[in-house]
Amino acid sequence: MKIIGISAFYHDSSACLIDNGQIIAACQEERLTRIKHDSAFPAQSIKYCLEAAACKPEEIDCIVFYEKPFLKFERLLETYLAFVPRGFVSFSKALPLWLTEKLFQKKLLRDELRSLGFSETQCASILFSSHHLSHAASAFYPSPHNEALVLTMDGVGEWDTTTVYIGNSNKLQKIKELHFPHSLGLLYSAFTYYCGFKVNSGEYKLMGLAPFGKPIFAEKIKNHLIDIKSDGSFKLDMSYFDYCTGLKMTNSKFDRLFEFNRRNPEEEISQVHMDLAASIQFVLEEVVLKICKFLAQEYKIDNLCLAGGVALNCVGNGKIYEEKIFKNIWIQPAAGDAGGSLGAALAAHYLHFSKDRPKPFNDSMKGSYLGPQFSEEYIENFLKSKNIKYTKFTNTDLYSVICNYLSAEKVIGWFQGRMEFGPRALGNRSIIADARSSSMQKKLNLKIKFRESFRPFAPAILSESVNSWFKFSEASPYMLMVAQLQDDKKVLNAQPNALFGLDLLNQVRSSVPAITHVDYSARIQTVHEETNPKFYNLIKAFNALTGTPLLINTSFNIRGEPVVCTPEEAFRCFMGTDMDVLVLENFVLLKDDQDFNLKEDYRNKFSKD
Amino acid sequence: MSFIKEFTVFLLTRKKYWLVPLLLAMLLVGFLLVFSKGSAVAPFIYTVF
Repeated sequence: MKIIGISAFYHDSSACLIDNGQIIAACQEERLTRIKHDSAFPAQSIKYCLEAAACKPEEIDCIVFYEKPFLKFERLLETYLAFVPRGFVSFSKALPLWLTEKLFQKKLLRDELRSLGFSETQCASILFSSHHLSHAASAFYPSPHNEALVLTMDGVGEWDTTTVYIGNSNKLQKIKELHFPHSLGLLYSAFTYYCGFKVNSGEYKLMGLAPFGKPIFAEKIKNHLIDIKSDGSFKLDMSYFDYCTGLKMTNSKFDRLFEFNRRNPEEEISQVHMDLAASIQFVLEEVVLKICKFLAQEYKIDNLCLAGGVALNCVGNGKIYEEKIFKNIWIQPAAGDAGGSLGAALAAHYLHFSKDRPKPFNDSMKGSYLGPQFSEEYIENFLKSKNIKYTKFTNTDLYSVICNYLSAEKVIGWFQGRMEFGPRALGNRSIIADARSSSMQKKLNLKIKFRESFRPFAPAILSESVNSWFKFSEASPYMLMVAQLQDDKKVLNAQPNALFGLDLLNQVRSSVPAITHVDYSARIQTVHEETNPKFYNLIKAFNALTGTPLLINTSFNIRGEPVVCTPEEAFRCFMGTDMDVLVLENFVLLKDDQDFNLKEDYRNKFSKD
Repeated sequence: MSFIKEFTVFLLTRKKYWLVPLLLAMLLVGFLLVFSKGSAVAPFIYTVF
């Protein structure tokens, strides 16, 4: 049975295709249209999925959409009613959008699918999952667990903002829910907005900024903005927020509470913004930990699965791990709305069609390498057509050559195999570099990624070495866990308190300073031979050369750009930045060898996120 | 037509009968907004819809 899942019309559209429960392909539309967070109908992703599965539209047995538009509309109307007469401005913007487009999503889906070659019968029987069921299904069914508690937290779906499910074999039963407007995701987004970052993309920045500050506003947040109960359930005081009725996240009462106005995006980041980031991160962790402790105690289930945008807060995930509340934690790599397409398809397979889950239960995400790939023939044709200079190596020679470049502090674009599904680059569309270099973080941020200097980088480490470098001994294949560096890898500073704020960046804290954040933490990706042998062998060769089993791994893109998908995009990014070497499968391109007429102004092509 | 049928089924399933008169009034205002403005593009900082 072949099922297509679709997520669209909100943000981060995507499509996926499963065959008898096995995930065949999944892709986020932004990677193909090159429009960041593209919310349009994912026509190109669907075409790709069909191609990857080598099947025609008529072979698809079922099409599932990831949420219920009518329920969302109901929430919208009831919210406006609850706040009437406030909210007229927002109402006057929202209603036309809904009455002309969004309310008729079934027709829109039908029309788009028909133009892709799907039949009238297929289009007439589209299924609609619900937003959080899609998240929960995407977290539970691909996990290696027969039984698990599934926690989903995000901004908002239809009504739900936080849900708890129990997954057992092929069943998934909702047991708890919290409703809009009380949302942990939107609370975090409110602070993202208040600190001058873009909502829905700046949350990572706020999380990265948190270790530079102190949580001095945490009590204020808990006393005024959020009422947290002992089981972790919470209620927001909506008089501080504007998102129900206005077009902003926070209001003037919020400004008065923190005694300053919202930071302008171009304004310099000051200590107060870092303290705010630290404070909201502290509160978020408190809520998540309370929920987890309560659930573990109440239901006595050892396994936890996570999805929803809040599950991308890897610092929070690391805290759940540290507290040892559950024996195992599994997090969906596409935890945001893009993963909804996958969850919707899996929910249809196991819940609607009541299919059994195949045993033994293994992580069935295939390392999240579910996107398009390009053959060596395709790449070589492209290189020849543009007169690009390259050298082709065998695998063994490739590892040796690239490791020498890495240890000479060269920055490498590493393009291999199938593109990742989810926001993280996991070694197939990555920029890699030597983490031992003390100047690498600044170089990568300012000259390659063109982004803020405080943004941290993550290490990709051989799975068997993780415990000797970090206080972490599990698998973290999707880079969604933060852990502390082992003490023997730290460089103790003579004056630990002499610097504060962004000046902390100038301290060398460990033997791998480029991936050590100011609080000695790192967002870990464990690299496994079974899921990515080429990346694994490269790091292994680097370890043999240097004694360091890890590399910096950051996504292959610049600020505001979707991660590259094709060899052409990888080459453009390589030529438009200060990257030194590009590896396209086994073809190695050196910047110094290239014709500089092929260079284009890259930096200003994408609007800043 | 199928939309009206589906939406009616939705309201019956959700038992949101009390929403019907309010819905009609709001839809009327909404349609007025649509036809008076012509554009449905919303330049939002962030939307919850």
